[in-house]
Order: sequence, then C-alpha cells, then structure tokens
Amino acid sequence: MKALIQKLVESIGPSGYESTVRDLIKSEIGSSANNFEVDALGNLIVRIGEKSAEGLRVMLAAHMDEIGVIATHIDDNGFIRFTTVGGVSPRTCYGGRVVFVNGARGVIGGDRPDSPTAMHTIEQLFIDVGATSRENCPVKVGDFAAFDRPFLDLGDRLVAKSMDDRIAVAVLVETIRQLKGKQIPHELVFVFSTQEEVGLRGATTAAFGVDPDLGLSVDVTGVGDTPKSATMEVSLGKGPTVKVRDGRMLADPRIVRWMADTAEKAGLPYQMEVLEAGSTDAAAIQLARAGVPAGCMSIPCRYIHSPSEMVDYNDVQNGVRLLVELLSKPIELK
Amino acid sequence: MTDLSAFLKELISLPGLSGHEGSIREVIARTWQPLVDDLSTSRLGSLHGLRRGSGLDPRPRILLSAHMDAIGLMVTQVKDGFLRFTQIGGVDPRILPGQQVTVHGRQDLPGVVVQPPERLLPPGNGDKTVEMEHLFIDTGLVPADVARLVRTGDLVSFAQPPVELAGETLAGHSLDNRASVAAVTACLDELAKTRHAWDVWAVATSQEEVTLGGAFTSPFDIRPDLAVAIDVTFAKGPGANDHRTYPLGKGPTLGWGPNVHPALYKAFKELADQLDIPNSMEPMPLMSGTDAMGLQVVAEGIPTMVIGVPLRYMHTPVELVAMKDITRVGHLLAEFIARLEPDFVEKIRWDE
Amino acid sequence: MSVKTKTPQAPVLDADSINLLERLSNAVAVSGDEGEVRAIVLEQVKPMADEVKVDALGNVLVTRKAKADGAPRVMLAAHMDEIGFMLVDEEEGGLYRFATVGGIDVRQLVGKPVWVGKQHTPGIIGARPIHLTTREERGRSIPLDQLRIDLGPGGKAKVGDRAAFATSFRQIGPSLVGKALDDRLGMATLIELLKHAPENVDLHLAFTVQEEVGLRGARVAGYTFNPDVAIAVDSTPAADLPMWDGSENGKYNCRLGAGPAVYVADGATLSDPRLIRLLAQTGDELGIPYQFRQPGGGGTDAGAIHKTRAGVPSISVSVPGRYAHSAVLISRMEDWQNTVNLLYHSLTRLNRDLLAQPR
Repeated sequence: MKALIQKLVESIGPSGYESTVRDLIKSEIGSSANNFEVDALGNLIVRIGEKSAEGLRVMLAAHMDEIGVIATHIDDNGFIRFTTVGGVSPRTCYGGRVVFVNGARGVIGGDRPDSPTAMHTIEQLFIDVGATSRENCPVKVGDFAAFDRPFLDLGDRLVAKSMDDRIAVAVLVETIRQLKGKQIPHELVFVFSTQEEVGLRGATTAAFGVDPDLGLSVDVTGVGDTPKSATMEVSLGKGPTVKVRDGRMLADPRIVRWMADTAEKAGLPYQMEVLEAGSTDAAAIQLARAGVPAGCMSIPCRYIHSPSEMVDYNDVQNGVRLLVELLSKPIELK
Repeated sequence: MTDLSAFLKELISLPGLSGHEGSIREVIARTWQPLVDDLSTSRLGSLHGLRRGSGLDPRPRILLSAHMDAIGLMVTQVKDGFLRFTQIGGVDPRILPGQQVTVHGRQDLPGVVVQPPERLLPPGNGDKTVEMEHLFIDTGLVPADVARLVRTGDLVSFAQPPVELAGETLAGHSLDNRASVAAVTACLDELAKTRHAWDVWAVATSQEEVTLGGAFTSPFDIRPDLAVAIDVTFAKGPGANDHRTYPLGKGPTLGWGPNVHPALYKAFKELADQLDIPNSMEPMPLMSGTDAMGLQVVAEGIPTMVIGVPLRYMHTPVELVAMKDITRVGHLLAEFIARLEPDFVEKIRWDE
Repeated sequence: MSVKTKTPQAPVLDADSINLLERLSNAVAVSGDEGEVRAIVLEQVKPMADEVKVDALGNVLVTRKAKADGAPRVMLAAHMDEIGFMLVDEEEGGLYRFATVGGIDVRQLVGKPVWVGKQHTPGIIGARPIHLTTREERGRSIPLDQLRIDLGPGGKAKVGDRAAFATSFRQIGPSLVGKALDDRLGMATLIELLKHAPENVDLHLAFTVQEEVGLRGARVAGYTFNPDVAIAVDSTPAADLPMWDGSENGKYNCRLGAGPAVYVADGATLSDPRLIRLLAQTGDELGIPYQFRQPGGGGTDAGAIHKTRAGVPSISVSVPGRYAHSAVLISRMEDWQNTVNLLYHSLTRLNRDLLAQPR
C-alpha cells in the first residue's frame, strides 16, 4: 500500500482543482469497480454492491483536496503575494516550497518581520518562482498552488504533505480492492470529495445526490502523544479511531457502538476520539435532506496542516481491516 | 390532561444531551402518544408527532419546533482517577466549580466538578476564571474503578434536581429548552379538545445546541406550510437588565426580524392581544438563535415565527422559568392553530 | 476564431436605465424588509417574464424561457437587501437605540442622516460635541451602544422599524454615486438582461432577500430553480486608493474603470473553472474589458447556490464599487455597461458543451 500512498500524497490538488488526484484514483481503482461518476462539484462517486433486503446504502467519504494558496498579486519584480485555501498557518510557510496547478514551482519568502523573533503574517509572505518581472512570471492572479514535499518512509511511520486526507483516500481505494469479489449486502457509495478544506462543500452536495441511509467519513485526527501537547487521548500506533465528536458534529451514538463493537469482535485495535476543533465530511452528510445517521473513522496524525504530516502504517492497515469488517457484514444500528 | 408541572420536572431530571437525546425522547413520546395520531423518530433522532386536522385533503401543515437537547459535558481523558472534559454546547466555565454532575459511563456515576488549588494551575492565573481544560471531575472512586467504568467520549450531565421556587416558578438545568417542549405539550392538550383544519406536526428537535441539526432536517420530508420555533429568551434578572431582556412571568415574546415572516408576527400579536395574553415584541435584527434559523431555509423556504419563553440564568443548572408563561404559550399556539383557515398561506403572501 | 453568425448587440444602458437605478438606490430595503425594492422589481419584470413568483422568504423568482427546447437553465442572482439598521429600544424625546443589520463598520455611522421606516422619516445619528471630548477619547471610536437615532423631540417611530443611510442617488461625470449600489447595480443588470434576454438559454432570475445576513434567500431560490449553471451579479469593493506610505497598492481587490470583476475565489465559493474560461474567453475575443477580483474574503449569493441540492457550477461577476457598506458608494458607468456586455455575450455563448467536461 505504500506505493499507492506515495502517489496520492505527491499529487497536486488544492481545493477546487482536484482533477489530477481524481484521475489518479480512477486509474488506481481500475477494474475493482465499474460504476464511476463525476458530479457538478467534481466529486468522484464510485458505486459497489447491491442493496439486499436488509442492506443499506452506505456513503463513504474521503476528501481529495488539500490545503494550499492562491496568488493574489504579482508585483513589478515578479514576486507573488498570496492568500490561503483552507487552514494554512503562516508558521508552516516560510522557507516552504509550493507547486502551482499549472506546474510552476517556487519558494515562500517573506518581508523583514516586525521584530527578529516575530512570526510573519500571511500578508508579509510572498512566493518566489524565479521570475524577475510581472511579464515573465508564469503565475497570474487567481492561480492555485499546493505545498511541495516528497513522501518519506520511516518504516512504521510515514510522513508527507496532504496525509490529510490522501491517507484516507488510500484507505478507501484499498478497501475497494479488498471488497472486490466479496458478497456485500449493501450498496456502497464511495465518494472522493472536493473542497472539504474550505467548508465541506463537495460532501454537502454529494450527500444530497447520493441520499444514503448511513454516512461514514474517513479523515485524519490529531493526537496527544507528542511533548507538551494539548489533551487528546489519541496516539499514533494504537489503532484507527471511532469518532465520538468533533468541532462540528456529534457522531450518531448507534454508529459509534456499531464501530466499536465490530472492532472488538474482530480483535482490531481502535481508539475513542473526542476532537475539540476541526471537522470532517461527516458533519455535512449528517444534515443532508431529512438527516443521515453519520460517523467517522479517523487515522491518527501528527503535525496536521504542516507539510510533514505523520501517520502510523499499522493504523492505516488496521483502518482498512476495520472498514472491510464494517462494510461486508449486515449492519444493525442499536 | 397532562400534569404539566410533573411532566416538566421529569424532563429536566434527565440528561438528553445534544446528539444523545434517547432518554428524553422516550418520555416525550409517552406523553404525546395519547395526544397525536402518529409518532415517529427522524434519522437524526428528532421526535415527530402528527395530529391530523379535520380539513379536506390535501391539508396544509404547521410545524411546531421545540428542541429537546441540552448542553452538558463530555469526558476527554481519564487521568489518575480524575476526568478531564470538554463542553457540548455553550457552557460558561464560571458556573462549573463545585457543580454536581452525573457521569454516564458504563454505569451512571455521581461526580463533582472541581477547581484545582491555585498552586497546581498555570502561574499568574490569580483569581481569574479557571478555563475548562484545567478543571476536573472527581467521582470519589479509586483510579482502577474509574478506568474500568469511564472512558473518553462518555457524557456528563448536570445533576441539579428541579427546585420549585416562589411565585409558581421552577428552577433546574435544561429548562432551555424543555420549558418549550412543555409549552408545545400544553398546546397539544388543548387541541385534543378543539377542531382544527390544519395538520399539526409537533417536533421535539435534536441537536439545536450544536448544529441546529433537527431544524435543518425535520422539515425536509414534512414540508410544512408554516413553522413556529419556540425557545427560551432572556428574562430580566441580576446582570441582565437592558433592552434585550423581558420580565419574568409577564408573557411570551414574539420575534421580529429577518428570521420571522412579518405577517406571522402580526397574526400572533393580534391574537395574543385579543386573548389578553401579555406579550412583548422581541426585535431580532439578525438571526434568532433558535431552530427558526434552520426551519426558514429548508428546501424552497418556509414562513417562520419565533415565540420566546422568558428565562433567567440561561445555560446554568439553575435556569428559572414561570409556569404561567409556559401555559400562556401553549394556549396561544392552540388558539392560533384552531383559527387557521385552509387559505391562510395565500393571505400572507408577500406583496405581489 | 471564426464567427459564423453576426455577433448580437448587447443592451445599451441609457437614461431609462439610470432612472431605474436611481429609483432602486433611493428605495430602502434592509435585510428582512425588502418590500419597497420588491415592488419596483415586480413592476419591471412582469411585462417581460413568462413566470413571476414571490416565495416564502420574499425572493422574486422570474423565468424567461429560451426559444428552443432543451436549452441550458441559467440562474442569475442579485440581492435586493442592503445593510442598514433596526430600532431596538425607545428612549425619551425621540431617541432610539439601534442595531446594525449586515456588516457595517461602526465608524461609518457617526454624524450621518438616516431615513426611518416606510415613510423615510428623517433622523440623525449624532455625536458628542468635540468641545466636550478629550484627545484621548477622540482616539477611540464611539461604540454602537452609545449611539442613538434622533428623530427630534416628539418624533415617533416603532421599535422594529428599519432605517438606512439618507443618501440620494446622483450621477457625477463618469460616476454613479448613491447608497446600496451593492447590490442595486446587480439588480438593474438583471433587469437589463431580462429586457434583452438571450434566446439560447432558459433565464431564471432570482432577486434575493437576506444576502447580507447569511445568503439566506439565495439558498432557497437555488433549491427552487435547480439550475444547470448559476451566476451571482453583485458589487465588490474597489480598494484602489493610495497606500498610506506611498508604496505599491497590492491589496486593491479590484479597480474602478477596469471592467467587471470576475471571481476566481472568494470566502464562500471557488468559482467553476469552466465558467471562468467562458467569461474570460468571451471578454478576450470581443474586446470587453474585465478584471479578475483578487482571491479571498467576502461572499456572494453564489456561496449558497452552488451548494444546493447536488451542486451547481457557479461563478460571481461584480461591478466594482468604492466604499462598500458605507453611506456613499461610487461606481463607474462604463464598468456597469461592460458588466452588462460581458454577461450578455457570455450567455449567448453558453451551451451544454460547456458542462460536458467534468470540473
């Protein structure tokens, strides 16, 4: 699975411009599915299985987009001012590298800060693509870029930019591969969603279109296992999580019980997750139409929204195992 | 005829935190059962009670929305037998130290929220508010038992029992918004003895305090022609005395602003005056902070009204409400519904 | 590019167009109370529409069908509401406490005349005489809860009444000057496009309510119309003034005189690239001046519409205006004309092939 993960995290797809990632996902899924659809906001929708008498239409969601930046102004000397797409902190910017959707590559530099120890604000940063004038700059106002950092395999631990949420995309692709050939009692609708980082927009419309009986997002979540971190009872290596709540959603308690019980019966490790800020596509799915029972499985992740997000490979594989268990058996919510 | 006071006291003795309303939904369902034709639960856990009207099919529909969920706390970490926690809904940390709570672990456990001694807190805190992240819950049990019985994600509710105070007032937690559930119940009681042409959907919504989830989803399948949100509003009291507050026990407030259809305000105002129900206009220049924010913009849009029950000390475990205001709201709603003619929606069309 | 048919003529704005804009600008329609403007819209659209409906929130929904079947269904949205005030408490002697409706910088309020209620009763928002202030005090803005609308002793209004800046519209040289040009310019644009409706698209016009308080009218209008494509026509701030230190202004958002501002991204929408291409190519090929609004911040009705139902490819186009959300906005006549030109010609070139490629 590491090869798949590497391809996904190294591709460029800031919110609103996910087509490269979408094409990659389609080719990776290949013949494991034959029902592909792209909707008005660019969501990739892959359907597997047929709903049996007691089966459900289950929507799974992992988002294809990553945080990034947009060029707002090219100055006379070819330096590019920018604004952010999704939650980008200036702390992770200075000295970083970006790749524009049109291929141009550059470095993030900054004005002289207010004091030697002050952090830059976004307005005080700029991108240098090596141009010397506005005319010879390959970037124009409105061009989108993502951060540029190669995948790093540390054995059990994997590091890359956009683990949020390409690691979940990888989990879903691998789940699709493993479900191939199995008798599934449900109609499974895998949604590789767009524009999550700017407000769960793709999932909002995809959920309306799919109209599921149950929704499950797969995303990353923070951890509390690094020095002097905020209180969080989730750690790398202790298993995927069953989300109880996050900044915008209370998971349906029946789904929480179903996920935890299934993991226990299958002897798979899992952790209970309470996240105080941040959210996932599940919050949007939950409010679609007349409401959808919704929950989320998270992959624990360190340094979220930095260019070096770190996950544990065992958590990822256990995440796949848990999903296969959940989706290939009858679902009883109580 | 429902004993409203007993019903309300039962409601505010149960948890039913946002997203986990099961326990309270059961009690409301049991009470509404004899008053409605159909009871059902939405996919988000809201309770829908339908009273069919006597008019000809297809009958217009009115939806009454009162959220049943309550604010509370959730365990984030079990540490050395102490529980760290976060909030569900808006909880002012200043009301927490010394507060008695119930921890809903593998079994229900009594506990108390404790403020650590100053020397154990970040230096320089002085006598400033201690933030929630530094408070603990102590169950009085030994760490081994706590680890066995409680885990991350468990809910914690306020344990304050209902207290009857002078002047026919009632104090307790989650009167926001169970007072309004009682008002809707009072309305259903009256409708049981009245003819009404319209279908009435009584909805105890879920998750208002965190996502307005019930308000955004319940109307989608019901598609009411009118919707009324009943919620609590700010009663005058210590520390709350300006133009945004209303006298306790002097009748409900009627909302006015973009979240309210002006013709509905006028209709309710005229009726309240006619029935000698004291009332105040509650200007809401922006949004109402109630289920109406969701109800109004579902699908093709719904004309909405907001009715407020004045309440002191909102979002504390000692919220205070006047029983008289609750019965007034129930009566106003029932009279409004009884007089609804099938063509009312045509009459309130915006100038065309 | 070879043009097989003669390029059609876009509507030319004339004295009638400006008179209509003047009526719209001088009317008062604070969010939630859009009746005065709605009446003007209804009067204008009824003669030209196939269908007109006012929905539960007060949106005016207008349909004008294409000449052929199976035409793309295009929704255009412009909001009727403006930022303003609501009276929230009555005090002695004609004084009223008020709240702001929509985002208004409190520093824009002091020393201004206002119109109150349906009768446009005149009132003023005063300030303490400078003689009674200290220098230190003058460095801080006067908080909203200390300001009052004064109708004069014995003056009467009702708590709940809305109020707006008392600005009368004027044309000064190349400029259009008035209150609420955000979004009366958008509305007037929609009316022009209805008057000269392109024949190849089903036009669904939404004159929306409550945009300034959360895009609420647009949300339900989008659901009702369920279009193939949506364009919000609004007004966007031109911050093209000199920088305080004389350095290059790189944060102008858009510029007056540079044509309609096409959105790539704002705080609520990432425009559909297929629509960005349509507008840009139309402008380039026909020599219509246009500019790209700087990305980031703000939001238009497209923010709600693109997320309705199963999603709607959407974009926003705005007439640049200086001093948004204040008593006096300034826009240029030529920018308005070019906005009409760009939209008209883009609509005539819109066909189903546009959406054949995925986003």
